Amino acid sequence: MLKQFADYVTYTLLKLEPAGHIGDALNFFIYDTLKIFLLLTTIVFAVAVIRAHFPPEKTRKILSHKKVFIGNVMASLLGIVTPFCSCSAVPLFIGFVESGVPLGVTFSFLISSPMVNEVALVMLWGLFGWKIALIYAVTGVVLAISSGIVIGRLRMERYVQDYVWEMKVADTDIVKTAFREKIAYARGYTSELLRKLWPYVVAGIGVGAFVHGYVPTDFVVRYAGRDNPFAVFAAVLMGIPLYSNAAGTIPIVQALVGKGMAMGTVLAFMMSVTAISLPEAVILKNVLKTPLLVTFFGIVGIGIVIVGYLFNAIL
Amino acid sequence: MEIKVLGPGCATCHKMEELAQQAVKELNIDAKIEKVGDIREIMKYTMSTPGLVVNGKLKHSGKPLPGIDKLKELIESEA
Repeated sequence: MLKQFADYVTYTLLKLEPAGHIGDALNFFIYDTLKIFLLLTTIVFAVAVIRAHFPPEKTRKILSHKKVFIGNVMASLLGIVTPFCSCSAVPLFIGFVESGVPLGVTFSFLISSPMVNEVALVMLWGLFGWKIALIYAVTGVVLAISSGIVIGRLRMERYVQDYVWEMKVADTDIVKTAFREKIAYARGYTSELLRKLWPYVVAGIGVGAFVHGYVPTDFVVRYAGRDNPFAVFAAVLMGIPLYSNAAGTIPIVQALVGKGMAMGTVLAFMMSVTAISLPEAVILKNVLKTPLLVTFFGIVGIGIVIVGYLFNAIL
Repeated sequence: MEIKVLGPGCATCHKMEELAQQAVKELNIDAKIEKVGDIREIMKYTMSTPGLVVNGKLKHSGKPLPGIDKLKELIESEA
């Protein structure tokens, strides 16, 4: 139905040639924008309702004094549904560690929470199909679990800033909210997020439509195709400054895939965009000493590169 | 009345401060609004920012922010 609408606007209303560059690009733009906004509104709302049931205080209670492995698995899964933004990373980190959540388990949470988020999943689902979205989610959770276990094994507790261990955090009561309030929260969250995201989504799809209509295929295949062994590595480096802008980058990447970019490279790029960021590193410097900070981003970075080469080989 | 806005300085925290100022103005009450950015001080109340503390009591924490009407209600309940 969305497809018909896009066809109607471009070819009937505006009388553009179906085979021409402009018609093709505009059709692509209208169809993708409608589809993404429809998906974003419904999924983000549904996730927000689930989230309302998992305030950070509750997640912390569930995870405190959990054993290795089980703790890492639960932290990675809870990371998906617990609200998180980089400016609350520090208080969350202190709150977790102070209440007895093991360091490795805390890192599993810190990796999965920004990486496996509903916006990235919706964009992947809408533009690449549910299989790729599922692969991304499962790989992200596995990466968060394994990185957390490795960091836990390294026993780097002494590289947490000393004051963290001395802090006493108020034991905030988990406020019980009625279901009606949770719905109100979800509605507020959805509209706030959409207001913030829409320019990026539109710009991303716009650039994607341009790529779709104008960028030559052999150009993309040469630089981002399966046969370039450095593509994954370059994609991960390029993803770092694009912090958490899944909404804007995925449509561009989708257009590049249409031109021959390899799927493993795409997954690695997306994970780097969401999970590795300089602002987050600067913020985390407040609670982590340099060796632990470097280890954290190093392990996650290596993990993402492995994911990229793995899926380039099997997809 | 003493109002504290807790937050390390992200966009949402600034927004919370603006909302608090607007609420105080519209309620026409005498209140001092203080911005608290020190992480140790914030953690005494909550680990989800931004937070709103009225007369030493935590009234709101985390995102999304309360609307202006809800915020006025929260402040008035301590007046």
